[in-house]
Amino acid sequence: MTGTADIEAVFRAEYGRAVAVLVRFLGDIDLAEEAVQEAFTTAVRKWPETGVPPSPAGWIITTARNRAVDRLRREATRDARHAEAALLHAPDPPPEEGPVRDDRLRLIFTCCHPALAPQARVALTLRLLGGLTTAQIARAFLVPEATMAQRLVRAKAKIRKARIPYRVPRDADLPDRLQGVLAVVYLIFNEGYTGDPGLCAEAVRLGRLLAELMPDEPEVTGLLALMLLTESRRPARTDAGGALVPLPEQDRGRWDAALIAEGQDLVRRCLRRGRPGPYQIQAAINAVHSDAPTADATDWRQILRLYDQLTALAPGPVVALNRAVAVAEVDGPAAALELVDALALDDYHVFHAVRADLLRRLGRATEAAREYDAAIRLTESAAERTVLERRRREVAGR
Amino acid sequence: MTYYLLSVVQPTGQERPAPAELERIMRQVEEFNQELRDAGAWVFAGGLHGPETATMLRPKDGDVLVTDGPFAEGKEYLAGLCLIRAADLDEAMDWGRKAALATTLPIEVRPFVDEH
Repeated sequence: MTGTADIEAVFRAEYGRAVAVLVRFLGDIDLAEEAVQEAFTTAVRKWPETGVPPSPAGWIITTARNRAVDRLRREATRDARHAEAALLHAPDPPPEEGPVRDDRLRLIFTCCHPALAPQARVALTLRLLGGLTTAQIARAFLVPEATMAQRLVRAKAKIRKARIPYRVPRDADLPDRLQGVLAVVYLIFNEGYTGDPGLCAEAVRLGRLLAELMPDEPEVTGLLALMLLTESRRPARTDAGGALVPLPEQDRGRWDAALIAEGQDLVRRCLRRGRPGPYQIQAAINAVHSDAPTADATDWRQILRLYDQLTALAPGPVVALNRAVAVAEVDGPAAALELVDALALDDYHVFHAVRADLLRRLGRATEAAREYDAAIRLTESAAERTVLERRRREVAGR
Repeated sequence: MTYYLLSVVQPTGQERPAPAELERIMRQVEEFNQELRDAGAWVFAGGLHGPETATMLRPKDGDVLVTDGPFAEGKEYLAGLCLIRAADLDEAMDWGRKAALATTLPIEVRPFVDEH
């Protein structure tokens, strides 16, 4: 017996692949989505009787393609010229300039094209490759469904009207364009880190897909490793009341050992290639944390070395702030505070939280309390606020 | 092939470059136009006099009102334009990048409506 749950699982797993193939066939995203949705509607009707076919994705793609052709023929009798034009675009695949030939790779480069607004890139990627509904995406990003629907419609219209191409960028543009794709996936992950955990799962799924499609790009592997290692700490990251548990206080027994093993293996594999990048280094930093059985056993010297490397590759005030945290462990809080004070991050709550922590460790309680207040005022996360308020009470009570 | 308009955007009130600098820019723009011609992408290009030279014509009750000045005083104005043919937005953006470097000004890339 085939239930709707099976079909839903196939939908989630195969929607992106099916849409990607149909976009190439039809040359239009909306037509492709309609055809694939029709195919799934047919599956819901047929599969409970016939059972799931041996290759569900193949069945969906073939059915969608047949539906689309039928439809274009039907419309041909009504509007011959329009249909002719559509079919004219269909058979010749776009010129291939990149090394990889998977349609999903083309689609993700289209979705993450720099000519689209960052929010639109995220929404399109989740919709077309992730198979999320507009309502699901809207809920995850806390915007009204109508707003998200309009964002998607506009983005798809721009792709069509401005002719954003459906192809993997040529080699010369690939590094830049790949950065853009990775940024979209990491943005989805970070959105889920403080919000809807379903987004983290979706980002990991996209990360796995990219790693499968681009096995020779170490930064792709690095991003996947970074997300897996971060995700491994999810069970320990919040307490029963939903408050954030800082890394040193987490119950490491609750970390997900399988995700850690996979993440660490990926870190080793991509660093071996000798083409380090910001995602790989950040993954390596997380791997060092994962190695430590207790917080005290953390190899902070190794972490500091990695932050030095990250600073050289991708300098910036946020990296400098995180590096200062490592400096505090290696050289003491006074040395770290000196570094932190030189940073212009007054609007960033973590800057104040780090400063507060260093002042507390230096016994400067009054100043520390003031900094905790600033961090509490600036954070948007309730889970984070709870832990900051606790720290604030502790430092005031001394 | 799609037609794209590359608009050269001039921020209002920005000082004109020094004569030597201006000459260098003009040379760069001419080289850019030649590259477009050589690639078969060139359709038309030209610079515009400032908005203070503009005249507005507005339809009103079957008649047309004439006023001095531009359509709207904005933070920026159209300093020049370049009409090109390109296969897709990536190609048009490549030309747009070159135009931005040659003119030293921001470039807006917009597709024309397909005629079929």
